[in-house]
Amino acid sequence: MGQVIRLFSDYLSQYFKTKLSYRANFFSELVSNLVFELMRLAFIGIVFQHVDKLKEWTLWEIVFIYGYFMIPYALFSVFFGFWDFNERYIIRGEMDRILTRPVNPLAQVCLESIAPDRIFSAITGFIIMIYAAFQLKLSIAWYDPFVFVLLIISSVMIYAGVYTAIAAVSFFSDSRTGIAPMIWNIQNYGQYPVDVYNNIIRFILTWILPFAFVGLYPSAFFLRKAEWYTYTMLTPVMGIVFFLIGLVVWNLGLKKYSGAGS
Amino acid sequence: MLKLYAELIRIRFLTMLAYRVNYYSGIIIYAINIGAYYFLWGSIYADNTTLAGMTLTQMTSYVAIAWMSRAFYFNNIDNEIGMEVREGKVAVEMLRPYNYLSVKAAQALGEGIFRFAFFAIPGLILIRLFIDFPFPSTFSAWGLYLISLLCGFVINTQINLLTGVLTFFFMRNEGLIFAKRMIVDLLAGVIVPISFFPGWAQSVLGYLPFQAINYYPSMIFAGVIQADKALQVILIQLVWIVVLFLPITWLWRKARHNLVVQGG
Repeated sequence: MGQVIRLFSDYLSQYFKTKLSYRANFFSELVSNLVFELMRLAFIGIVFQHVDKLKEWTLWEIVFIYGYFMIPYALFSVFFGFWDFNERYIIRGEMDRILTRPVNPLAQVCLESIAPDRIFSAITGFIIMIYAAFQLKLSIAWYDPFVFVLLIISSVMIYAGVYTAIAAVSFFSDSRTGIAPMIWNIQNYGQYPVDVYNNIIRFILTWILPFAFVGLYPSAFFLRKAEWYTYTMLTPVMGIVFFLIGLVVWNLGLKKYSGAGS
Repeated sequence: MLKLYAELIRIRFLTMLAYRVNYYSGIIIYAINIGAYYFLWGSIYADNTTLAGMTLTQMTSYVAIAWMSRAFYFNNIDNEIGMEVREGKVAVEMLRPYNYLSVKAAQALGEGIFRFAFFAIPGLILIRLFIDFPFPSTFSAWGLYLISLLCGFVINTQINLLTGVLTFFFMRNEGLIFAKRMIVDLLAGVIVPISFFPGWAQSVLGYLPFQAINYYPSMIFAGVIQADKALQVILIQLVWIVVLFLPITWLWRKARHNLVVQGG
């Protein structure tokens, strides 16, 4: 573990060296991420020009959920950026290089794709959430910050579990699967309250690809929506379960892996 | 000369055809997005019969066709130009006896034909199986939609060429290209029809070419813009096509003098 942390700081400094050598592009990437987040907010804003409520949700409640939704995803994508895992590690055979080194392979793959600047999205999300909370005049209890940290960690673990498992699918099939972008698009369903969708989608977002646990269910606790509390309390459980599933699939895949043969 | 470009279009079409399996997942991704907005709009309308002059049925048509139009006009030539500038390949390209930007435009057209036949049309049929929405009822409405869509394709390609050429000045351009893609999706009306925007935004957008990419053709398809108005809208698109040639020519002239070949 200590070794991984030491490696982390080395990778971090390398990351900033490469990024800052193209400074203009680094900043335009930051700006474009911000544009991406603000666009989704713009959609919410535009819609609420025409209606007062979306199901039973008001504008600021939806904005609050969206703010929460941004934070775990941003924290997760600081450490997880191997969207091209199949292409880079399996097809091009980089996995063989990873396996010859005396550090946990999953940790190595994570380290090679860290993107610390993604943390800015988490800050933006936090600001959006707090602003919405003020608009809603939400009460804050002494335990809220602790619950918040616990729920955020749980949501991050759900992302980590789901996407590690998806990446590990590449161990079983050498060909390009294109699953990850599909899952990413389904994940975006999670930024809105799940009750706007039909029952089948709601079921999928709760139990199969649990992206309702990275948005609505945890935020419902702070919005004091008692009817969702059961799901809020399930969030840490789902986090642990899905994280373990991710690790198990990854380890199974690693055992199965035999090199691309080039 | 025309033969050269016809050949370029053909080659790009065949290249895309060889990788068509990659686009099957693309169809599913578009279906996922259309599905999300279909349910979202259903909840937004709730018991309103019309919002911003559109019925829910028209909105459903609009959402489906806006994404499927995007499946056709979308291309990555801005990224390709960026890559070729960054890797220094552009130097070789510019030594060749053709116009670099016209080549890129021809490749975009080859890709567009592929996307139309293997992405947009099967996608539209697939979506229609799951979601019920009306197709245009007359041949003229179909014709006007397709003409308008083609104009939208040309305008989108022109904007991509502009963004791509900017790499000549910035060296690396991925951030800007990504941001541009987002902005075009919003301002072209893929995510929400322009008629939903607040009044001030609508009047600003009236002076920009983005809504000519997707909003106009999709409104024709959804039956919100009727035949007489449609011709007017297509005329606006044609004007934009002509106008956009000016900045492209100007920037391209500057870019050639500015070129720094990286690597090699």
